[in-house]
Amino acid sequence: MKNRIQQKLSEDGKILSIYFTAGYPNINDTVPILRSLEENGVDMVEIGLPFSDPLADGPVIQASSTTALKNGMTTAKLFDQLKEVRKTVSIPLVLMGYFNPVLQYGVEAFCKQCEAIGIDGLILPDLPLAEYNLHYRPVFECHGLTNIFLITPQTSEERIREIDKASRAFIYMVSSASTTGKTSGFGTEHSDYFKRVSAMNLENPQVVGFGIKDRETYNTATQFTKGAIIGSAFIKMLNESGIKGIPNFVRSIRPV
Amino acid sequence: MSYHVNEQGYYGDFGGAYIPEMLYPNVEELRQNYLKITSEESFRKEFDDLLRDYVGRPTPLYFANRLSEKYKTRIYLKREDLCHTGAHKVNNTIGQILLAKRLGKNRIIAETGAGQHGVATATVCALMGIECVVYMGEIDIERQAPNVARMKMLGATVVPATSGSKTLKDATNEAIRDWINNPTNTHYIIGSVVGPHPYPDMVARFQSVISREIKWQLKQVECREEPDYIVACVGGGSNAAGAYYHYLDQPEVNIIAVEAAGKGIDTGESAATSVLGKTGIIHGSKTLLMQTPDGQITEPYSISAGLDYPGVGPMHAHLYASGRGEFMSITDKQAMEAGLELSKLEGIIPAIETSHALAIFSQRKFNPADVIVVNLSGRGDKDLNTYINYFDL
Ligand SMILES: Cc1ncc(COP(=O)(O)O)c(C=O)c1O
Repeated sequence: MKNRIQQKLSEDGKILSIYFTAGYPNINDTVPILRSLEENGVDMVEIGLPFSDPLADGPVIQASSTTALKNGMTTAKLFDQLKEVRKTVSIPLVLMGYFNPVLQYGVEAFCKQCEAIGIDGLILPDLPLAEYNLHYRPVFECHGLTNIFLITPQTSEERIREIDKASRAFIYMVSSASTTGKTSGFGTEHSDYFKRVSAMNLENPQVVGFGIKDRETYNTATQFTKGAIIGSAFIKMLNESGIKGIPNFVRSIRPV
Repeated sequence: MSYHVNEQGYYGDFGGAYIPEMLYPNVEELRQNYLKITSEESFRKEFDDLLRDYVGRPTPLYFANRLSEKYKTRIYLKREDLCHTGAHKVNNTIGQILLAKRLGKNRIIAETGAGQHGVATATVCALMGIECVVYMGEIDIERQAPNVARMKMLGATVVPATSGSKTLKDATNEAIRDWINNPTNTHYIIGSVVGPHPYPDMVARFQSVISREIKWQLKQVECREEPDYIVACVGGGSNAAGAYYHYLDQPEVNIIAVEAAGKGIDTGESAATSVLGKTGIIHGSKTLLMQTPDGQITEPYSISAGLDYPGVGPMHAHLYASGRGEFMSITDKQAMEAGLELSKLEGIIPAIETSHALAIFSQRKFNPADVIVVNLSGRGDKDLNTYINYFDL
């Protein structure tokens, strides 16, 4: 059976996915943001579980995590907020976070809660492929979850194939060697990389993340791939306009 | 039981490489090459020559007469404070710069707490003519000002880390982020036995020169290579790893690891990881770390910048969990008094980190015949301001 991510990816058209940090800007914004994103045509969402030490993140997502934690966001709190989310939201939902909070919650208990809520996948950047294969794959898969792995321009072809084999939904293509939120835009080296990976004819579609901030970067990223994920630029918009800014933001990326 | 790293990069249940994919090529390059390169004849020779001619090794093993008399036992001090740059940190930076050169890297980054590792890194970069960027918490920049000035004079760029508690943990985060953004030309010289495999093992090997020397030095004065106790302070744990290294598999040598209790274990202002920590993941390693029940890393506290870290290296987590090491925690106050005492009794002003190791003598009994080696990890020049303010000198 296909889960919601696989279903969505099998449809025609490009994917627009949005990342936001749970508990930011306000503790109870999680579900309202999700609803608004769905209403405005976003295809998939990554809900960020805030962490005190987000190593792969630039200043914008770091600051949103710090605020979310100050607001009182915890793993248990997020699960509680999402308890009934599937009554109103039907697009694929991915939880994205660092591995330590998952480890402390208990990997099995965490996966169980995700399944009960209707979470479709996890992105845990600091849970490496080797550890996942060795210790965690069965637990994830028993609860209908798929772990989504990252690749970067430095990832060797051999390793990309290995990651493709371990993936069940999509491959998260990090656009360039950087933390999140770099705003320098994309040039030919980026397109070449997207093209190169696309030409590998992988089992799993690729979705690009990191550094996508506007229509231009979205279009470049999706020219050779299935979709793109916007994080820091969305959070910046939330800082300025709040939830009511979502319709305009989504339209500015992908006109209806 | 083995206390050394296994094939998978683990010490017992601790270690591994929990890193985002962005760091995988760099860490994998190191993992595949560090043993090969460091066992090459030309590497060994260059490393040994520099340790001798540049660092000033071997460092003395000094019998502390008046300190021994006071505590009625036999105390030796391994004088890492006499290393060039004033602490053990340089043993590691010499090793890593030679490795970085052989890997073709032309830019070095480092984190630093007390500034000793930053100075040791800036020093070897000056020596080799390589660009150097050091991340340092804003609070540490204030409390270790002399070392900031030294790094600048040596040509390094010092970048303040302004997130979190603005100390060593945050400087390490920033260094890791820099490495993610500069994956091909940059080598990250980690300053302790922390981080993803192979760093803990690599740094421990470079620091193991400490216990290699203690063995032959002790043999000359005590007719045996093994002390009854080997004592070191533990921030991340590199001076301790070096002092324990060649004794790990000799159970007759008791290992004492000294952590910073800060204002006291129960005050919420502490860095005593073995007491307050639980297994988790910090800076790419599964180890003991101070965290909330929700898995958020806690801001530590210690008067000593070099011990102000919420984790310990995975080797030490294993020494603790397996019972091989005895872990003690020493408060700011006990450490400061021990630092003053060593200055008055032996004419040696220790780094505040090291003062923690020296403070165990007022907290714990030893037998008169016991031979105890304390690793005197660094000198106190950088801490004069803190000592002066603390004691109103
Ligand atoms: C003199 C001295 N001792 C000890 C430490 C703590 O580090 P480690 O536990 O890695 O030896 C430091 C760190 O800055 C230091 O400068």
